[in-house]
Amino acid sequence: MTETHVDGNALGGLFIDMFGREMTDQLGCCGECGNVSAFGAVRVFRGPGLVLRCPFCGKVAMVIVGTADGLRVTLGSLQWIAIDHWA
Amino acid sequence: MARTALRGRLSWLVAEVVELIDETPRVRSVVFDVPGWTGHLPGQHVDIRLTAEDGYQAQRSYSIAAPEDGDRVVITVERVDEGEVSPFLVEDLMVGDRIELRGPIGGYFVWEPGSGQPVQLLAGGSGIAPLMAMIRAAAASPGPESIRLLSSARTEDDLIYRKELDSLAERDSRLDITYTLTRGHGPGWKGQVGRVDRVMLERFAWPPEVEPSCYVCGPTGFVETVASILVDLGHPPDRVRTERFGPSGGHP
Repeated sequence: MTETHVDGNALGGLFIDMFGREMTDQLGCCGECGNVSAFGAVRVFRGPGLVLRCPFCGKVAMVIVGTADGLRVTLGSLQWIAIDHWA
Repeated sequence: MARTALRGRLSWLVAEVVELIDETPRVRSVVFDVPGWTGHLPGQHVDIRLTAEDGYQAQRSYSIAAPEDGDRVVITVERVDEGEVSPFLVEDLMVGDRIELRGPIGGYFVWEPGSGQPVQLLAGGSGIAPLMAMIRAAAASPGPESIRLLSSARTEDDLIYRKELDSLAERDSRLDITYTLTRGHGPGWKGQVGRVDRVMLERFAWPPEVEPSCYVCGPTGFVETVASILVDLGHPPDRVRTERFGPSGGHP
């Protein structure tokens, strides 16, 4: 179903809450297929939580769920993140 | 300047509606005055948060439709019939109302005048909003960038910013616009007809040889189709930037 997802750009504000900085132009690598993509380009499926999928192979890279205590982030195929100009 | 705002938590700001512009029967632009706004780049967006009296909150993301201009932030909203937020923004919001907003957000789907590279913009419906910020920024800059816009809408009445775009293109030879209508057209229609396809892109979009930066924004189906044709035509995937906003014209 290509009609049900948006992309990571839409989560830019949430990423700033999580990482404390703009993340949509930062890179992550999918451990399943080895491709690198910008956070802004991941596929985002909305249900009870947010399911982030690799735009290349579709593997679940990360799941973000809001709980009473805050956010629960479950990592899937996301193998590494590269963040520039970190100081 | 926008870059200084990229580190740290984003705070919610109070935005006051100062102007409402009916763009089409289903689409309205809302101009906010946002004290404390730190500026933004074309292509960035804001989060908007509405709170009901019982405390229920709904949050959506909207592209900013105009370049940086002090504390002024413009969004363009298409009414999604079953939506929680867009019917309120398009129909109920009045000048003087205050809502919560935060931003700017986004570093991926952004463009600034100055690179010199040609630019190919592809809009499906209200996906034209962030692209309009780029066009308005380019028109106000002396840069050499030549911009081609291919804008797809259902009917002629659904073409957003049409008057402004036509008058910009008439005055500015750097801007070239092609419209296409997907659900019918009147007898006098001089633009294209039908969904954006390979033939239309070969005919009206910059070819890969001129190495344009491509920005595609619209409903998910539109973006998937157009981006994959661009890559098939030979545009490198990293020069095809996309922004999908879901099935029916509203940001999530």
